[in-house]
Amino acid sequence: MTLTDGRPDEETASRPAGLGAAGWARWFWRTLTSMRTALILLFLFALASIPGSIWPQRGVADAKVAQYYDDSPALAEWLDRLWLFDVFKAPWFAAIYLLLFVSLIGCVLPRTAAHLRELRRKPPAAPRNLARLPQHAVLDGDLTVQEAARRLRGLRFRVATGPDWVAAEKGYLKETGNLLFHVALLGLLLAVGAGALYGYRGNVLVVEGDGFANTVAAYDRYMPGQQVNAESLEPFSFTLEDFQATYIAQGAKRGQALDYAARLSVSDAPGAPERDHELKVNEPLDVNGTLTYLIDHGYAPTFRITDGRGQVAFEGAVPCLVVQPATFTSECVIKVPDALPEQLGVMVAFLPTTVPAEGGEWVSVFPGAANPTAQVYGAFAGDLGMGSGRPQSVYEIPPEILKKMKPLVMKADPLAKGERLELPGGAGTIEFTGVKEWVALQITHDPGRLPALLSAALATAALVFSLTVRRRRVWVRIGTGDGPAEAGGLTRTEGGDFGEEFAGIVAALNHGSTSGVKDAR
Amino acid sequence: MPAEVHPGLAALSDQLVLAAVVCYAVAMIGYALDLAFARTPAEAPAGAEPPLVAVGGPSEAAEAVETAEAADAGKAGEAGEAVSAGVASAGEADAGARGSAGGDGEAGGNGAERAPSGWVLRAGPAAVVLSWLGLVLNAGALLTRGLAAGRWPWGNMYEFVVAMCLAAMGAFLLMQLRYPVRFLGAFVTAASALGLGFAVHSLHVDAAPAMVALNSYWIAIHVSAAIIASGLFIVAGACGVIFMIRHEAADHLPSRRELERVAHRAIVIGFPIWTFAVVAGALWADKAWGRYWGWDPKEIWAFITWIVYAGYLHARATAGWKGRAAMIVQLVAFACLLFNLIGVNIFIGGLHSYAEVP
Repeated sequence: MTLTDGRPDEETASRPAGLGAAGWARWFWRTLTSMRTALILLFLFALASIPGSIWPQRGVADAKVAQYYDDSPALAEWLDRLWLFDVFKAPWFAAIYLLLFVSLIGCVLPRTAAHLRELRRKPPAAPRNLARLPQHAVLDGDLTVQEAARRLRGLRFRVATGPDWVAAEKGYLKETGNLLFHVALLGLLLAVGAGALYGYRGNVLVVEGDGFANTVAAYDRYMPGQQVNAESLEPFSFTLEDFQATYIAQGAKRGQALDYAARLSVSDAPGAPERDHELKVNEPLDVNGTLTYLIDHGYAPTFRITDGRGQVAFEGAVPCLVVQPATFTSECVIKVPDALPEQLGVMVAFLPTTVPAEGGEWVSVFPGAANPTAQVYGAFAGDLGMGSGRPQSVYEIPPEILKKMKPLVMKADPLAKGERLELPGGAGTIEFTGVKEWVALQITHDPGRLPALLSAALATAALVFSLTVRRRRVWVRIGTGDGPAEAGGLTRTEGGDFGEEFAGIVAALNHGSTSGVKDAR
Repeated sequence: MPAEVHPGLAALSDQLVLAAVVCYAVAMIGYALDLAFARTPAEAPAGAEPPLVAVGGPSEAAEAVETAEAADAGKAGEAGEAVSAGVASAGEADAGARGSAGGDGEAGGNGAERAPSGWVLRAGPAAVVLSWLGLVLNAGALLTRGLAAGRWPWGNMYEFVVAMCLAAMGAFLLMQLRYPVRFLGAFVTAASALGLGFAVHSLHVDAAPAMVALNSYWIAIHVSAAIIASGLFIVAGACGVIFMIRHEAADHLPSRRELERVAHRAIVIGFPIWTFAVVAGALWADKAWGRYWGWDPKEIWAFITWIVYAGYLHARATAGWKGRAAMIVQLVAFACLLFNLIGVNIFIGGLHSYAEVP
C-alpha cells in the first residue's frame, strides 16, 4: 500500500530512559522516521502552503506586495518578518519539507533493502490446511507438483516447490512501484532545487521593429539563480518584426481576444542566419533550452516632438501602460530631455478605437486600433530632474518634479495619425506619427526542467503500480494417496476482489490453459 | 478558431442541462426511497424480490470476504512472514462472517411483516435508469456547448462545474455496474443536481470562444484529468459524508466498512489521475507561463489537495489512524478539492482566472 508497513511501530519508538546521547539520537531517528511523524509533517507541509495563497508572493505578484506595503506598512513589515511574502522560500517552510524528506529517506532505505531481500527469497512453504485460507478450491485431475509449478509459472507467478506442495507468489511490482514513487519524489525535489540554483528568468519589453540580444544588460528585469554567471546566457538574438492581436468584432463578447502572434526574426547565435518564428501564447520560442514566452502586449504610439528652436528633440515609439484592458485605453509619458530652451514632459492618453462621448470627452470602445488617437492631457516645460542620478520610472514623471514644472497644455483634443499639436508660447510641437505595438516577453532557462519532468513521470507511473498491483500468494497441495489436490490463496493487501482472479487460476491449474485467466490484480 | 457561436446549439445545451437536473432530481427521490424502504436492516433476503437480493446480497458476501482479507493483510504486513498467523486470522474472520450472516437471517425472520411494497422495490432500478438518462443529457449538454463555441467545453467555471457533475455521475454509475454501491445514488445525484443548479443559476455565461491562453491541446489533457479525478473524489466524498452521519446501531445505510472500501477504491483510482492532472498542468504551465511550477493559488491548492489525499492513503495503513480518522482526512482533502475547484477562482484569483464568474 504505502510506505507504512515497514515504519517502526509507535510503541517501539517510545522514549528511552537514561540512554545517553546515542540513545536519544536513536530515539530521535526512530521518532522522525515513524509513520505518525511523517503523517504530521505531511499535514504541516499542506498547512504551511496555505499562507502562500492568502498573501501575495514575491516573484508571483510583486505589484500586490508593493500595494500591501503602501496600504498597511506596519502590518506588511511584520508579515515580511515572518516570510509571509516569501512562503516558499521561508526557513520554516524549508524546515518542514527537509524533515519530511529526511523522514522519507529514513524509511525508503531500509524498505529498499528489505524488498531486495524479498525479491531474492522464495515464496514461503504451503500452510498445512489450505481450506482455512480466504480462497480455497479443490482441484480435479491428477496434477503433479511439476505440472502445477509449470502452470503457475505460466501465469507469471514466482514458484517454489516442496515434496507435495507448490508455493507461488506475485505482485512484487507493488512494493517496487511504492519505493520508486518515493525515490522519484526525492528526484523531483532535487530537480526543482537545481533549477533554482542554475536557472535564470528575465523580462523584457520589445517594441515592433526593435530587437533583443540575450545579455544581462538587455533585460528590464533579470533574476538569476545563485550559480548562474552572466557568460552562460545562451547568445541568441531576435527582432520583433510584427505583432498581431485578433479580437472578436461583434456580439456580446466583442473585444475579447482570439489570438496573439508575434513575428520574430531569430538568430540562434551571433552570425548565424536569421530564421522566422511565430511566437504565440502557449507556443514559446526554444533556443537550445532557453525559452522565450509571450506574456503581455500593449500599444507604443510614435511621436515626433520639435522643441522651441524648431529642431526635432524626440522621435520614436513610446510604450504605453494599459489602463483599461477591455478597451486598451492606455497612458504614456514622453520625456524630452533634449528639448531646448526647456526640457519637455508630455502625458498622453492613447485610445485605439476613439469615439466621442458625452461632455466633449473621448473614449476607446474596442481594443483593436481601428481609429487610434493620442490625446495630450498634460504638457509641461521645465527641469525633468533626470540629471539628479535618482532612477525614474519611464512611465511617470514623479509628482514632486511635476509640481515644479510649468504647465503648457492641460487637455487637448485627440490627435489622429499625422496631426500635430502646437504647444503655446512657441515651446514646440507634438506630432502623432503612427502606432506600433509592444510585447512583454519572459525569457527562462531552467536546467531542472527535464529532470523534473522525468521524475514526475516516474512518480506517476510508479504510483499506478503501487496502488493497483496486489501482492498475492497461491499454494497447491498435491493429494498424497487418497485426498484430492487443493489450492489456496490470499492477498497481502486490501482492496479489489481476489476471488475472481483465484477462480481463473484454479481453472488454469485444472486445465492447463492460461487463456481466460483475468489478471484482476 | 471560429469566432462565430452557433446560437441554436448553445440554447439546446442550456435546455439539456435543465433536463439533466430534472432527471437527477427525480432519480435522487428514487434512490432515497430505495435507501429508506428497500434496504432496511430488518428486511428478509429470502422473501425479497430478485432486484433486492442483487442490492443486499452480494455486498454482504463481499464484505465477509473483505473482512477476512483485511484481517489477514494486517497480520501478514506486521509479522512479515507470518503465514500461519495469516491463516489463523483468516479462519477467525471467516467464522465471524458466518456468525453475522446467521444473525441477519434471524433478524429477517422477525421483520417479515415490514416487507416493502412492490413499487418501492422498483424505485431503485428506476432511479438507475433515470441516472443514465440524466448522464446522457448532461454529456449532450457539454457536447452541444462545445460544438456551439467550437472548442473544448470546459473553458469557464460554468462548463467546468457541468463537466464535474457529469464526471461524478459517470464515476458513480460505472462503479455501480460492478459493485453494489447503489446506496451512494441519493447522495451523488443530489450533489450533481445541486451542482448543475448552482452552475445554471450563478455561473452561467453565454457560449463564446475560449480565452487565448486556453487555446491549447493541453486543455483536453489537463482539465479532463482534473475533472475525472474530481468525479471520483466526489464519490469518495459522498461515502465520507455517509460515514459521518451514520449511526453505530442498525441503519438503512451501508456499514462503515463498506463505505470505507468504496471510498478507498474511488480514491485509489482518483489519486493517480489527480497526480497526472497536476503534472500535466505543470507541463502546460511550462508552455504557457514560462515556468512549470510557480505557486499560483490554484497550484498551491492542487498541491495541498494532493498532499492531503496522500495523507489519507498513508493514514489508512497506519495504526491508530484507520477508520474514522482516515475518513476525516479524506473529507478534509475533499474540502480542499472543492475549495480549489471553485473557491480559488471566486475568492483568490491568480493566473487560473478563467472563471468568468458573472
